[in-house]
Amino acid sequence: MSIPIAMTVNGKAVAADIDPRTLLVDFLRTNLGLTGTHVGCDTAQCGACTVHMNGRAIKACNVLALQAQGATILTIEGLAPDGTMHPMQAAFKDCHGLQCGFCTPGMVMSALDLVNRHPQADEATIREQLEGNLCRCTGYHNIVKAVQQGAAAMAK
Amino acid sequence: MYEVEYQQARSVADAATLLAKTGGKALAGGQSLIAAMKLRLAQPGTLVDLSGIAELQGIRREGDAIVIGAMTRHADIASSAEVKRAVPALAALAEGIGDRQVRNMGTIGGSIANNDPAADWPAALVALGATVVTGKRRIVAGDFFKGMYETALADDEIITAVSFPVPKKAAYAKFPNPASRFALVGVFVAQLPDGSVRVAVTGAAPAVFRASGIEAALARSFTAEAARAVAVDASRLNADLHASAAYRAHLVSVMASRAVAACG
Ligand SMILES: Cc1cc2nc3c(=O)[nH]c(=O)nc-3n(C[C@H](O)[C@H](O)[C@H](O)COP(=O)(O)OP(=O)(O)OC[C@H]3O[C@@H](n4cnc5c(N)ncnc54)[C@H](O)[C@@H]3O)c2cc1C
Ligand code: FES
Ligand code: FES
Repeated sequence: MSIPIAMTVNGKAVAADIDPRTLLVDFLRTNLGLTGTHVGCDTAQCGACTVHMNGRAIKACNVLALQAQGATILTIEGLAPDGTMHPMQAAFKDCHGLQCGFCTPGMVMSALDLVNRHPQADEATIREQLEGNLCRCTGYHNIVKAVQQGAAAMAK
Repeated sequence: MYEVEYQQARSVADAATLLAKTGGKALAGGQSLIAAMKLRLAQPGTLVDLSGIAELQGIRREGDAIVIGAMTRHADIASSAEVKRAVPALAALAEGIGDRQVRNMGTIGGSIANNDPAADWPAALVALGATVVTGKRRIVAGDFFKGMYETALADDEIITAVSFPVPKKAAYAKFPNPASRFALVGVFVAQLPDGSVRVAVTGAAPAVFRASGIEAALARSFTAEAARAVAVDASRLNADLHASAAYRAHLVSVMASRAVAACG
């Protein structure tokens, strides 16, 4: 069985015929070649696959592509369409909010969901709201700093 | 994941027909079902997606009850002004489920249909004396949760909403598993409009249950100390790599006392 699917990804309309089993993360990475969205655990634990669906952070490894039928999807690639870093990406770079970088796309996408809801989040709120994103390198400290700096830069 | 067919249901009746015809499973947020399918623990031949059914969405006040549509996401319950005003404990419980990404997809209907022994919602339903509304009937919470991952639902029965009577006071206290955020033990305490007290426990046993000893103690004295003083029988509680039965029994009275304190 193959089903037609259509959605908007990073502002572009995309369409394909897919096997219903296709996970959203596989559709993004394999069909669309958007490999910025990572697969860390493939079991909804680590958050490396976080993208926005209709403006909200979700784990793309735990959602079927068909659940995004007609949706608006934003991936890490959509944050810097002309190659200029988004203020949140710049803040992660400035604050050394990454080491190996594997978790970073998911961290940045979760950070943006949280800043949308809590523009002036304090440290405790940031730690709480990043519960769904694991980093095995940084110890989180600089990630929290990056989110605060990124939020401040976005407010300007 | 095994092969699967996929259908979008247009209405509750349509979903029930599709489920009966295909022998498939309803798909809500997919946060439990997709994970189970990836592990090949679930093999529905057909998924019947409920996300397009408008009548399953939304939160409304109906007299002395808050009615939450089955497809309402945990995140929307957590941020609902209506829920925060009427039963703030429900908003707080929703905000404590898993993580932001899970709350953005997962639904109250999916959670109670799944009836994971460590899920949060079952404790709220049982303590508040909620009613589960389906396409066929109304089921009181005490009759709905049957056992581990088992409910009163028929295979082609769709939950449409949950109706929570507004209590006098209520609070939920959970000791989360540090990795999954599911309840190692979660206790929901409610003082109902008639003054009676209900205490429902999740995470500790194969399914949600009422802690009658703590209920009796709180009926005499609605204080944290009274709840804390009750010794809970560990003999029917879960023991696994996360916690022994004795530790869970201890946590039941500790979480109950914290919930009472939070009732104010
Ligand atoms: C990382 C992670 C952490 C989590 N942490 C927690 C936690 O701390 N506490 C907690 O309680 N839960 C937790 N969960 C589970 C989460 O709350 C799920 O969203 C929920 O259990 C299932 O809801 P769903 O909408 O995703 O349902 P689905 O996964 O789509 O469906 C689950 C089951 O319910 C059935 N179903 C769904 N909707 C209906 C309906 N309307 N009528 C009849 N049957 C229906 C489906 O057929 C399926 O069998 C966690 C999940 C993950 C992935
Ligand atoms: S890859 Fe999706 S949560 Fe880890
Ligand atoms: S930077 Fe390596 S996992 Fe986060």
